[in-house]
Amino acid sequence: MSEIYMPRLSDTMEEGVISSWVKSVGDKVASGDVLVEIETDKAVMEYEAYEDGYLVKQAVSEGDTVPIGAVIGYIGDSPDAAPEESGGGAAEQSGQAEQAAQAEEAEQAPPAGEDSPQPAGGAAEPQAAPAAQDGDGAQQGTRPRSSPLARRLAREYGLDIEAITGSGPKGRVVRADIEAAAKQRQDGAAPAQQPAAQAPAAPAGRGQEAYDDGRASTELPVSNVRKVIARRLTQSKQEVPHFYLRRTIDAEALKAFRGQINEQLESTGVKVSFNDLIVKAAATTLRAHPEVNTSWVDDKLLQHGRINVGVAVAVDAGLLVPVLHDADKTPLSEIATRTRELAGKARDGKLKPQEMSGGTFSVSNLGMFGMDSFSAVINPPEAAILAVGAMRQQPVVRDGEIVARNTIALELSVDHRAVDGAVGAAFLKDLAEVLENPMRIIL
Amino acid sequence: MSVITYRQALRDTLRAEMHRDENVILLGEEIGVFEGSYKITEGLLNEFGERRVRDTPIAEEGFVGAAVGAAMLGLRPVVELMTINFSLIAIDQIINHAAKIYGMFGGQNSVPMVIRTPGGGGQQLGATHSQNIELFYAFVPGLKVLAPSTPAEAASMLRAAIRDDDPVLLLENLGLYNTKGEVPDDDESVAEIGRAAVTREGSDITLIGYSRMAALGTQVAEALAKEDISVEVVDLRSLRPLDRQTIVDSVKKTGCAVVAEDDWLTYGIGAEIAASIQEGAFDYLDAPVRRVAMAEVPLPYAKPLENAALPSTESVTTAIKETLSAVGKRVG
Repeated sequence: MSEIYMPRLSDTMEEGVISSWVKSVGDKVASGDVLVEIETDKAVMEYEAYEDGYLVKQAVSEGDTVPIGAVIGYIGDSPDAAPEESGGGAAEQSGQAEQAAQAEEAEQAPPAGEDSPQPAGGAAEPQAAPAAQDGDGAQQGTRPRSSPLARRLAREYGLDIEAITGSGPKGRVVRADIEAAAKQRQDGAAPAQQPAAQAPAAPAGRGQEAYDDGRASTELPVSNVRKVIARRLTQSKQEVPHFYLRRTIDAEALKAFRGQINEQLESTGVKVSFNDLIVKAAATTLRAHPEVNTSWVDDKLLQHGRINVGVAVAVDAGLLVPVLHDADKTPLSEIATRTRELAGKARDGKLKPQEMSGGTFSVSNLGMFGMDSFSAVINPPEAAILAVGAMRQQPVVRDGEIVARNTIALELSVDHRAVDGAVGAAFLKDLAEVLENPMRIIL
Repeated sequence: MSVITYRQALRDTLRAEMHRDENVILLGEEIGVFEGSYKITEGLLNEFGERRVRDTPIAEEGFVGAAVGAAMLGLRPVVELMTINFSLIAIDQIINHAAKIYGMFGGQNSVPMVIRTPGGGGQQLGATHSQNIELFYAFVPGLKVLAPSTPAEAASMLRAAIRDDDPVLLLENLGLYNTKGEVPDDDESVAEIGRAAVTREGSDITLIGYSRMAALGTQVAEALAKEDISVEVVDLRSLRPLDRQTIVDSVKKTGCAVVAEDDWLTYGIGAEIAASIQEGAFDYLDAPVRRVAMAEVPLPYAKPLENAALPSTESVTTAIKETLSAVGKRVG
């Protein structure tokens, strides 16, 4: 019987939410199977079993939050093995978790747009941290023994330490093993030691000499944020049939409107950006077009009652999308301050899961980088994302005359499963009109 | 450059420092008329007289306390404790007075005194006279603890200790007094307190020791070089302040380490070294840090048992070879 602990899945993670159990109690589990999906401060991540057996207990039910190191389940040798729990605390905790599990039985995870419900029992008590695993009697994981130096060198060489046979005591991988593997790779020998998936993707035709001249491809460390971006955006482009709608707006009125607003707000220190105006305009327009504020999930079309607008923020670690909940009901000045606050937290890695979840629509703005326009990838399960380009002075024909006007190019990426072309076009048309008559943003 | 003993280096340095600074005085049991139990003060009573070379009663607490007072009033007393075992009688004066006065009284008085004292087993002196308890003092902020392993270091560290304004315990070693080494003529070098030294460069493994174990480590390294094993020897030299950087830098180079200590393993100085290594060089360690120390017994008197209890060239060599074997290096 082995305990499964809440893992640390990101540098800043302190606790995790059981997003959903992929394996049910009694299921056979093989090492490498996805056991459970865990929501961290950054994202929802899959967590795999490290050994074979049966999931004999889910100690924490879906939706519950527990700290890192708390027991979340047990894997046993047979489907009906009883978990060996020690002490009243643990028993009490799993008792609570069991009740919660019954209460939520058969309940589908909440749709995007809804905040996760707080479990009635509150967060479970933390368990003692897992015992050190280096002793002889420690649990047998699949992680091979390795010295710290070997692990560091493996990272530097871009080698998968798990694919290397250790020659040290009890199979510990040591420096000599890593250097031998690196040399083998350099010599082009023994590909079995080096799975193709792990080798850095060197351009074809550049083999050994690429290694020698110090200009070879190297594998960079990958953050959890980057892994999540890779997985979710791949999923989006593979599963979501995108179509794109483009519209350039005349931004003269918007510019003047922004000037007026910021004049009024001057004493408060709040400054409203064009992006704030666009977020608010999108939220206002979504209220009139609820068919765009939807999600296609598991062959079901969900229409969201709340309008929660995500704002893409570039941070060192990658891309984060903090969410302005109920943006349609939030005053413009508050959207401005809240966006600033969330962007700051995103840069500091301090966004809480609830501040990044529940989005129903997103806005991505690359205008500050001078982009004319671009096509954004939808952030599932949202049905659309608005890509905003830079404000540009353009020659425009007005009343038969060519005049210079400030314009902004908008491009809406839409999930065709949830929203058809005409519906999306009607939304973007209205949004453009709101932005060209900006008083409507706040009406 | 002349080759002299560790004993001679200490005696010559004491004499030179007494000539250099008339505030340097000596106190201790049998250091005057008898010229010292280990002859470190040979001839000094005749040369400098009773005013500056004081034979004391067998009362360590008393004369160490007198030295603390003398140091506070401007002298630079050098106390000889016949062995470090007898420091236990004076430990309150050392830890609660010498080490504390500068800090507790707002820096009004420094305590520029030196306690010279030998440790070391292996002389068949029995359990109470064979201990290595320098870590009691290395543990205490406010004290400095130096441990020379060669005649040249004994000279430069004694010079540094006498000229330093804080209380310094200079750890000598019964097993080192008769060892010989080169000392520059008219040497005036003053050791930098708080600095370890790589006394022999190597690439396969780091061997860390101090005092007798540093000397023994050099012998082991020389022997292993014949087996094509390259041992880097780090002599700690200063137990407080401890030079962690030199240790960490060496382990970063070799990837593994053995600590040899003449004290007991549990809570010993090797534990502090091992902890410092994992803090400073964790990602460079290819094997666990290995400690070689004294058996955890009061040191036996019987010679075969005493030898068996003390770390030796054999036990240090075995630890090195086993560690190298664990990181996949061929060993003879």
